[in-house]
Amino acid sequence: MPDDHEINYNSYKELPPSPIATGSSLVFKTGGWRTMRPIIDLEKCKKCGICWKYCPDVSIIIVEDLPKVDLDYCKGCGICANECPFDAIVMVEEESI
Amino acid sequence: MKLTIPEQELMEKGHMACLGCGGSLAMRYLLKALGKDTMMAIPACCWAVIPGVFPYSCLEIPLQYVAFEATGAAISGMEAALKAKGKKDGVTVVGWAGDGGTVDIGIQALSGAVERGHDVKYVCYDNEAYMNTGIQRSSATPKGAWTTTTPVGNTRFWKQTNKKNIVEIMAAHDIPYACTASVAYPEDLIKKAKKMKDIKGPCYMHIYAPCPTGWKYPPEKTIELSRLATESCIFPLYEVTYGKYKINKDIKDEKKKPIIDYLRSQGRFRKLDEETIRSLQKHVDDEWIKLKKKVECFGEE
Repeated sequence: MPDDHEINYNSYKELPPSPIATGSSLVFKTGGWRTMRPIIDLEKCKKCGICWKYCPDVSIIIVEDLPKVDLDYCKGCGICANECPFDAIVMVEEESI
Repeated sequence: MKLTIPEQELMEKGHMACLGCGGSLAMRYLLKALGKDTMMAIPACCWAVIPGVFPYSCLEIPLQYVAFEATGAAISGMEAALKAKGKKDGVTVVGWAGDGGTVDIGIQALSGAVERGHDVKYVCYDNEAYMNTGIQRSSATPKGAWTTTTPVGNTRFWKQTNKKNIVEIMAAHDIPYACTASVAYPEDLIKKAKKMKDIKGPCYMHIYAPCPTGWKYPPEKTIELSRLATESCIFPLYEVTYGKYKINKDIKDEKKKPIIDYLRSQGRFRKLDEETIRSLQKHVDDEWIKLKKKVECFGEE
């Protein structure tokens, strides 16, 4: 948990004079919304980058030239599994894992 | 890995959009194209809540929230202030609004801003209703769609009027550039956004952004559905550069899909009868022919 992104105001006196957002939304772990988890079969993966391109939550990250799901933020919409032309991604129910 | 769109991300993870949101994809692509020297004004729309609650934001660019009807006025003011300070060079001023804030409530401010000829870019992401407040009809809602203010029951039936053609309204202002784009074709969207950035003067972009919550379809179909909308000519991709029309994604007559596949994949069109579907198909065909005629008469040489 990267808590260094968090901002705490202990009193109204610490608030900025106008409401300016200074923090990053990385504090919101939207992965908790997920009911279906994408599982990538790296043997079927042809590294086309389509899953990365179409992810609305920027949750497919490229690690060592291979796609990886960032489970802290993936909401499990399933666009990656639906768009993968090689059927390398399947959606699995969270409770079954 | 060979990537077809820029790798730079200016939209962070952890935003508050629904699953499979088309609007968040649209923002991600637009910021990839425009880069970090961008200033943005956002009125009340889904994107007023997506960046997150104070003091957090998912966008790495300066951003100002404005009143619903004031996007056009706000970006005009931002551009004028930058010019007065002598800092306009290299900075793109963008107004980003939903379809309600563009075609209904914000249209006079937008019309004024482009008529005055400010160097601003206006982008509308079109989810075809007021989705943030709970799916009320807007004038961008297509004919035949269910919304909470056009309910389907024994006494009342879906929306009765056609969608307002805002791109034509903007092209009629004689602005340098007006175009449509879709989240299913990010390369095309990014190309258009970069073109928009290079043009001096007011530009307008209309992005098709499906909404799983309001349109009642499973979230994984967002891209599939927007591709289908373009392939069945419901949402053609075209651009108007200094009055010259160009279709970016040409659909051959034999490859043109019937709109029934598109309608049947969404819950909001579930109750439509055969006759209405025929009349909708005719409207789509007529509009497509009209657009092709325009390209024929006022196309690029």
